[in-house]
Amino acid sequence: MGVKTRRYSARDVTVLVAGLGVAVAVNVSLIWGPTLASIVLSGTGWNGIGPIEWVGLDNYHDLAAEYPPFWSAVRNNVLWLAFLGLVATPFGLFCAVLLDRRLRWSRVYQSALYTPVVLSLAVVGFIAQLVYSSDYGVLNAVTGLSVDWLGDSSVNIWVVMVAAGWRHVGYVMIIYLAGLKAVDPALKEAAAIDGANERQAFFGVVFPTLRPVNVIVLVITVIEALRAFDVVYAVNKGRNGLELLSVLVTENIVGEASRIGFGSAIAVVLLVLSMGFIVAYLSQLFREER
Amino acid sequence: MSHAAAPPRARPVRPLRILLHLFLALVALGWLLPPALAVYASLRPYEETARLGYLSPPEHLTLGYYAEAWTQAELPRYYLNTLIVVLPAVAVTLLLASFTAFAIARLRVPGRRTLLIVFTAGNLLPPQVLITPLYTLYTLVPLPAWLSDSQSLYDSYLGLILVHVAFQFGFCVFVLANFMRTIPEEINEAALMDGAGVWRRYWRLTLPLCRPALAALATLQFTWMYNDFLWALVLMSSGDKLPVTSALNNLRGQFFTDYNLLAAGSMLVALPTLVVFQLLHKQFVAGLTLGSAKG
Repeated sequence: MGVKTRRYSARDVTVLVAGLGVAVAVNVSLIWGPTLASIVLSGTGWNGIGPIEWVGLDNYHDLAAEYPPFWSAVRNNVLWLAFLGLVATPFGLFCAVLLDRRLRWSRVYQSALYTPVVLSLAVVGFIAQLVYSSDYGVLNAVTGLSVDWLGDSSVNIWVVMVAAGWRHVGYVMIIYLAGLKAVDPALKEAAAIDGANERQAFFGVVFPTLRPVNVIVLVITVIEALRAFDVVYAVNKGRNGLELLSVLVTENIVGEASRIGFGSAIAVVLLVLSMGFIVAYLSQLFREER
Repeated sequence: MSHAAAPPRARPVRPLRILLHLFLALVALGWLLPPALAVYASLRPYEETARLGYLSPPEHLTLGYYAEAWTQAELPRYYLNTLIVVLPAVAVTLLLASFTAFAIARLRVPGRRTLLIVFTAGNLLPPQVLITPLYTLYTLVPLPAWLSDSQSLYDSYLGLILVHVAFQFGFCVFVLANFMRTIPEEINEAALMDGAGVWRRYWRLTLPLCRPALAALATLQFTWMYNDFLWALVLMSSGDKLPVTSALNNLRGQFFTDYNLLAAGSMLVALPTLVVFQLLHKQFVAGLTLGSAKG
């Protein structure tokens, strides 16, 4: 390596150091620095002003024992993940498989499924209100029910997840469709000649070759579930049954009481959950690259 | 043998096809109906939908709510706020990311693999993991008054631009590094013989070849940054500096909200991304799948 670097002139080195230096500086100061700071601050009782005092694991204890929204948020995040992973993602895959053939109107169907993806989640949240509202909403008008879909804390998480899943399906569909297009058609033909029906051909031959795409979709699904925020915030600021970890973190800084230490502890829980998946994903990604 | 079997497979049984179309049309309808409902609501007077409900034949159709949303919510100013943030953020992200990707993919920079992993991982974190210290940091960093009237990074356009750049940077580096690896190395080698410096090789030789990837990423990043809601919510406080997605709340009254007006506002907010998506459909999809093509 030493021999190779000698190719660079002093000017080259300056350009490289400046360019990469800015990139690293931005990344460290705005992403990884604050992430580490979250971990440190979670051990303090800081309220944003005044002295920072160390409280050890007290924040975590309070979180688990004396802060009911935390457990509703954990439950909702898990539900969210399960719903996206077990309902929305398979449905997106199913649509991609159906669309992966010579089909009239295919482009129209794709555009329709994909439209929610380009909408801001704030707009999705508002559209959800038009559909679900108890007094003027379309759902009650059509079904004749008078359920308060968004206000009733036992059902609102479900209907909001449907809205989020509605958006997720298009995203997953596009990625799988690109993956399916890259599958060697000869593979499918060979399976067909062997007398496999379409379902057998898909699960026996095509699906295993989609493994890299599956990993990416899995990660997107997990990350989306942990990041979920905008829809519930647009609906009711994430209260009354719609608590999510991301909302609780945000509440602790934009809310009246600025509890930096406590909010950071929730952030660390989120960090631990996401890091598990990120590490698994990256090790897979970079192992295959070798 | 396979020749004999091909024709019947190419023209499958009709009823199944019809069923397939029926299913897909139904799904497409389910996906388009909610936004269509918002459009329909935005065209009807409040008094009418309050009386008849949203699922009723129209008595009056009017574009009045669009005019009202445009003026009452002062949307033009908020569109401008969004552009002030998004355009520089997309440009800087792509510039910084493409140079980093170039260094990682093309030069033998020591530690390049670690760099790529760290950058990619940073992009996957949920924003809330780092938002609390970031908020504190932003309130502590002073800025001269000509850069930010709040005199700190908090509540400044610059702060918002920086956070977008930092957060989207990792994804772009990942996509561009993968893309650059697919460009044949010979072009670079030839330039080396001519004694081209690093900057020249990046700016004049590599970047023009990355145009498709850059177009795809620009489309995608524009949409993502435009749709952002969280960063502005946490890192901005002045109402008149908010981006257009947050301005929607200005249409909610304190005691009474006219949902038809809000529907018109939502559609106006959604319009730019829908137009970009329709015009640049190919780039948009390419941007998403470039990131997943290699993996």
